[in-house]
Amino acid sequence: MNLARYARYRYFPLCLGGVFFAIMASIPWLLNEAGAPGSGIAQLDMLNKIGIYALLALSLNIILGQTGLFHMGHTAFFAVGAYATAILNTMYQWPVFSTLPVAGLLAALFALLVAVPIIRLRGDYLLVVTIGIVEIVRICLTNNIFGITGGANGIFGIARPVIFGLAFSSPRQQYYLIWGFTGITVILFYLLEHSRFGRALNYIKQDELAAAGCGINVARYKLAAFCLGAFWAGMAGTLYAANIRSIEPTSFNFFESVIIFAIVILGGAGSITGVILGAFLLIGLQDVFRDFSSARMLIFGAAMIAMMVFRPQGLLPARRRHYGARRYLGKFPCAVRRQCGAAYNPYAEDEGDCV
Amino acid sequence: MSLLSLQNLLKSFGGLVAVAGVSFDVDEGSIVGLIGPNGAGKTTVFNIITGNYRPDSGDVVFDRNDITGRATHAIVRLGIARTFQNIRLFQNMSVLENVLAGCHCRANAGLFSAMFRTPRQRSEERRAVEHAMRELAFVGLEHRHDNQAGSLSYGNQRLLEIARALASAPRFLILDEPAGGMNEQETADLTELIRAINDRGITLLLIEHDMNLVMQICRKLVVLEYGAVIAQGTPADIKRNPKVIEAYLGIDC
Ligand SMILES: Nc1ncnc2c1ncn2[C@@H]1O[C@H](COP(=O)(O)OP(=O)(O)OP(=O)(O)O)[C@@H](O)[C@H]1O
Ligand SMILES: [Mg+2]
Repeated sequence: MNLARYARYRYFPLCLGGVFFAIMASIPWLLNEAGAPGSGIAQLDMLNKIGIYALLALSLNIILGQTGLFHMGHTAFFAVGAYATAILNTMYQWPVFSTLPVAGLLAALFALLVAVPIIRLRGDYLLVVTIGIVEIVRICLTNNIFGITGGANGIFGIARPVIFGLAFSSPRQQYYLIWGFTGITVILFYLLEHSRFGRALNYIKQDELAAAGCGINVARYKLAAFCLGAFWAGMAGTLYAANIRSIEPTSFNFFESVIIFAIVILGGAGSITGVILGAFLLIGLQDVFRDFSSARMLIFGAAMIAMMVFRPQGLLPARRRHYGARRYLGKFPCAVRRQCGAAYNPYAEDEGDCV
Repeated sequence: MSLLSLQNLLKSFGGLVAVAGVSFDVDEGSIVGLIGPNGAGKTTVFNIITGNYRPDSGDVVFDRNDITGRATHAIVRLGIARTFQNIRLFQNMSVLENVLAGCHCRANAGLFSAMFRTPRQRSEERRAVEHAMRELAFVGLEHRHDNQAGSLSYGNQRLLEIARALASAPRFLILDEPAGGMNEQETADLTELIRAINDRGITLLLIEHDMNLVMQICRKLVVLEYGAVIAQGTPADIKRNPKVIEAYLGIDC
């Protein structure tokens, strides 16, 4: 019995995802059965919060984990989405759910505008600029930009989402909405990761120059990653606004950006499983440590440093992809006579790590 | 007919003139060697051809199109592929994925077809894997498809870079010191491989310090010194050229 061996099994991610979401789906029922106070409203609220963060971290993972762009301004896109929903709903009476794509699109558009001039910046420079973006957005919101963001008080009275006549109002309904959306996101992002597009992002992360030398339009893929991540963060903003029902600028501060960033790095950059685990650990533990909140940042920082030293790839690093290429072995001709023979007899100096 | 034509290329870095008015042609279907002492500007010429550097002046004409200053990825799409002097593989990815990178520019599935796994995306992906395996087999690395690229031996990493370049279906392949760090046997294999690539109708331009290899396979040699072409011609001519002997080959060659 060796867990690591099962983890290499081709359909392992599918099984893992299935088990995880089955457990998640039965949690409201379990809480009820266990007789949690108020049918577990507190726990469900907590899980809803984790779900929103998981969504944000999954979307940041495209930018940071897959493409390797040090982007620490993800709450800016989150804020654009949340405010888009709040404004459209409270001022123009749009049903909350219909604002979902608009929130995503506005966030993506905003990302495009800010990313075009900075996309060629490298590593730490990009980090500094994106931190600036979060602060600019927060200050704009606080100062009631365009007279529609409600200033420091924010916006309240956001309606509940209604889908096909079904209102998502109780924490339990919110829970199904948020985690259902997360489930769909996981599937779509998994498929994306295992495609030409996803690979292109990884090539760029590993070596930009070599990627360009393979015919990859580096700047375009980086922009696409940015916009896709922002689109999803914007939609997460809609879910957040509909869940919390009143939003204010302080919810979108720089510290939130740092947390989302840390979820991706600690969980495992580029790994969907890792990112979800990271969301549970960071957001869940934050709550556990609430009682000694002054030491919270200390513990958080120490955990970050320890991880960077002992496990820089994150708790659950990305898995290798499978391509089913074995079936083509021996089908194609070889140009080098000696190599053809030798290939069956691997050189001693190669420390092949066949999966 | 010349496939690639370099006209009066000039490139300086600050005060250093790395390429000082280089002009030469590469005929379609031929193998041309670019030789010269260290720091002569050979790699810089390659980087200008592939769009990594923009020349201060001069033109790069490929297949009658002026490609000077175009973006690298666009040039790859036109059919120019390269390898790097200091191997630049995607070290943490599998051998197969490295070759799939080369296939990138010959496919077009994007974001949406990936997320919704359209039938076209699936068949394109299958064809890409097949094509990548074909190129891996060609260089003799097919059994390594699942290994991590960084775990290959130095010589095999060079072969993998060639396979990756071939996967982009180039008409013109430029190799920067392909035999660098290879032992005698590996170099012999490489010679065989380069000939086979040429037999596929691909034109080659290569930088190489191994004179034995260069003299064996090149139809034409261009000799660079201090950024300028000091001689060009057949290997036999170059071997006898007194300027080349003095600058590069040495007396006993
Ligand atoms: N990006 C750069 N910035 C500054 N100087 C450079 C740059 N690239 C090359 N050079 C300089 O230009 C000159 C030519 O370099 P190049 O790499 O083209 O030589 P080379 O002929 O390929 O040499 P080698 O045989 O050692 O590879 C060298 O003096 C080098 O230091
Ligand atoms: Mg060089």
